[in-house]
Amino acid sequence: MTALDIPAATGIEPPGSPAMRRLRHLKAESWIMLAGIVAILVALIAFMALPLYALLKKSVEDDKGAFVGLANFQEYFTSAGLVQSIGNSLTIALLTMVIACVLAFAFAYGLTRTCMPFKRVFRAIATIPILAPSLLPAISLIYLFGNQGLIKGLLFGETIYGPIGIMIGMVFYIFPHVLMIMVTALSTTDARLYEAADALGTKPVRVFFTITLPGAIYGIVSAAVIAFTLTITDFGVPKVIGGQYNVLATDIYKQVVGQQNFSMGAVVGLVLLMPALFSFIIDRHVQKKQVALLSARAVPYHPKPHKTRDMAFLGYCTVMAMFLIGILGTAAFGSFAKFWPYDLSFSLIHYDFDAVDPNGWSSFYNSLRMAALTAVIGVVIIFLGAYFVEKGQSFVRLRGIFHMLAMMPMAVPGLVLGLAYVFFFSVPENPLSIIYATLPILVVCTVVHFYTVSHLTMLTALKQIDKEFESVSASLKVPFYKTMLRVHVPICLPAVSEVMMYLFVNAMTTVSAVVFLYSPDTKLAAITVLNLDDVGDQAEAAAMAMIIVATSFTVRMLHAFLMKSLNARHSAWRTRSA
Amino acid sequence: MMKNLWRRVGLTVLGTLFAGSVFGGAVKAAEDLIVYTAVEPEELTGFAKAFEAKHPDIKIKWVRDSTGIMTAKLLAEGRNTQADIVWGLAATSLLLLKDAGILEPYAPAGVDKLEKKFVDPDNPPSWVGQRAWIASICINEVEAKKHKLPIPASWQDLTKPVYKGHVVMPNPASSGTGFLDVSSWIQMWGEDKAWKFMDGLHQNIGIYTHSGSKPCKMAGKGEFAIGVSFAYKGAQLKAKGAPVLTVAPSEGVGWDLESFALVKGAKHMAAAKKFADWSVTKETNVIYNEAYAVVAYPGVAKPVKFFPAGIGKAMINNDFLWAAKNRKRILAEWKKRYDSKSAPKKK
Repeated sequence: MTALDIPAATGIEPPGSPAMRRLRHLKAESWIMLAGIVAILVALIAFMALPLYALLKKSVEDDKGAFVGLANFQEYFTSAGLVQSIGNSLTIALLTMVIACVLAFAFAYGLTRTCMPFKRVFRAIATIPILAPSLLPAISLIYLFGNQGLIKGLLFGETIYGPIGIMIGMVFYIFPHVLMIMVTALSTTDARLYEAADALGTKPVRVFFTITLPGAIYGIVSAAVIAFTLTITDFGVPKVIGGQYNVLATDIYKQVVGQQNFSMGAVVGLVLLMPALFSFIIDRHVQKKQVALLSARAVPYHPKPHKTRDMAFLGYCTVMAMFLIGILGTAAFGSFAKFWPYDLSFSLIHYDFDAVDPNGWSSFYNSLRMAALTAVIGVVIIFLGAYFVEKGQSFVRLRGIFHMLAMMPMAVPGLVLGLAYVFFFSVPENPLSIIYATLPILVVCTVVHFYTVSHLTMLTALKQIDKEFESVSASLKVPFYKTMLRVHVPICLPAVSEVMMYLFVNAMTTVSAVVFLYSPDTKLAAITVLNLDDVGDQAEAAAMAMIIVATSFTVRMLHAFLMKSLNARHSAWRTRSA
Repeated sequence: MMKNLWRRVGLTVLGTLFAGSVFGGAVKAAEDLIVYTAVEPEELTGFAKAFEAKHPDIKIKWVRDSTGIMTAKLLAEGRNTQADIVWGLAATSLLLLKDAGILEPYAPAGVDKLEKKFVDPDNPPSWVGQRAWIASICINEVEAKKHKLPIPASWQDLTKPVYKGHVVMPNPASSGTGFLDVSSWIQMWGEDKAWKFMDGLHQNIGIYTHSGSKPCKMAGKGEFAIGVSFAYKGAQLKAKGAPVLTVAPSEGVGWDLESFALVKGAKHMAAAKKFADWSVTKETNVIYNEAYAVVAYPGVAKPVKFFPAGIGKAMINNDFLWAAKNRKRILAEWKKRYDSKSAPKKK
């Protein structure tokens, strides 16, 4: 593949000098595109593939950097405590997966297949967990079910410090992610199937097992995979509430931060990469198998009112919503109580972060700056990347490689990515090491960490724009970048805003990827939550988590407002053109 | 119009962000001093303010974590460490760092005025002690009454079945307080008896915590009735209104010295020396005394409110050298025995 393989966009070349000019023109344009693709490709290799290679290399070296083969792995698999963590992690992830999928499926069923009231309210409430770092549910659970817990009687004497706490916390944390997929899965169905079943007098239970469930099965598998991966790779919940119940994610942290045993950390990182990679492959496989459920003649399904069913789901969704609000509310309550549990009068003392941590409030401002930079820089790169993949005219193989690389971050847990960054960027011989221990490395790491979902969102938006635009602009001799700026960017503004919000909120709440990478000047708010909890300042930790929630919430509202004004402008444009 | 407005808003936001991140660093005139510390985070702001008032040309950058983690971090970073000075870390840990050749010997101006046993005997000293922190047991009186727990008077009391699930203790691998507990038990009773004691204690432990102050804070909130922690934390919580009683166990209590040491090849050596000089002054020792009852400067210490009575006499004859030499072995044994088990077994 060379730069000369330029397709003639409009068929036969007209002879003479104008054609020559056009060829030269096209050539320059293609060079720009090639440079763009290569630049982003190189960036993804430098900021993802190479660090992961450094991690792999570290796992077969001792702490002095000498090659030791599989000695680290041998040490790992002969250490009973560490191996036990694999079992613990799998148990927790599988159980959480089943519980979260059942709960989210029922919730999604209520939203899509019943006529219960307040659907929009329930939908909004279900997104609450996204706004908070995963440390928050764990802190709230201690307030609720700890030894001084408000409702600890519900545990019947079991302790919340351990598997039970981790599971409840994880269900809260992953609920919106699982729900989103379930809702999509249950939304796409053909009403004619149900009409036929109705006409044949099929029993509802049979309808559920022969039509509803099979129709949603791919979505359910996808949701299960997401639930499993998120649970096994999350670090915040088990760190706070896991007690002596060790899991892989906390083991990495203990090895690296606690004992500065980097080689062993790399080994645990690779072990953690396995299940994540495995579930990623399952998901890809399932996605490929999925055939379009909706043919052109499909009729959208509209649930008919059914009093008992609707009331039952209203009841269930209310309970679930209360659980989600309850967790958030408990953290808020704990942060405002003067001296929990003995003096519950209202007080703001726990928001005076500088009194308990020299980097208290400054870590929040760091987070704001980091999240804003991540959103702005990330959206530009992700848009360009998606544009090249979807609208690029040539370099098919290069674009294919690029798309594949763009899918990879999904399979790499944040802890593993962060650790890989330490190995790759802390080496002084690496010219990229100048960004080590700075804010930019946190930005880069966060963009890579959340690349895939943003890439897919952008791709979907770009796919909806007719390819004719490129052909037309090519025949009008308008270079692609002008068309991109004048047509694609404006039409994609809703997706751009969506991706920016997604990046911002995740940058505010993430702990796992950045926990190894921050320096005293670049400590982030979510890390402060972790440190405060570590020294036992639970109320302050809850307060900082609430500040993060409030910030994410504000950005979400801003996004909603922006969408509204964008929509208004969009429809104006549409009416003019009609 | 609308488009222009959005563009302008976007540019302004971007501009501000970049200006903030680029110039935010450049405008600062003061020299940064990077200080690795294990001192309780809530005290750090106060120390920095006091020092920076005297030396406005120096700005302290704290890097704070628990003792065990700071020690591991410094040992791993070795001569490449970013730290200019290690400040408020256990003497036991500094002895290890001295062996590793990371420390720069330096005699701060006025170090001769300090209590001899608080300073490295070498001349010039590699490390200088600041103040002692002393093990204690924090007991929540309200919860103790509720669960009908007698107030423990000794370490051995804590192994009684009545306390099952009510005791929290710091993990010695990460917490300096945790380590000085284990080290003191072994020094007082010998290996066999001490490990047997810990086996018994393990049966009563609710959870092991990451930091040494957390057990006391948990006791303060009644999350667990009894926290193995250090005296200052208990006294401070009591002063804040928590129903916490701090007890010095009768067999004797472990302790360690919060100490400082310069780092070899420090980028800001002159500033680090100024900080070291400031750290041994009488004034600074007065600040140390606000929280800790035993400080390096003789004649400064006044009794601290709510400290357990007679705790000075209970302090064991601590052999730092022995503790430093055996630290790795003790921690490995501890981890083998108690860390790999998932939860204390139920009976």
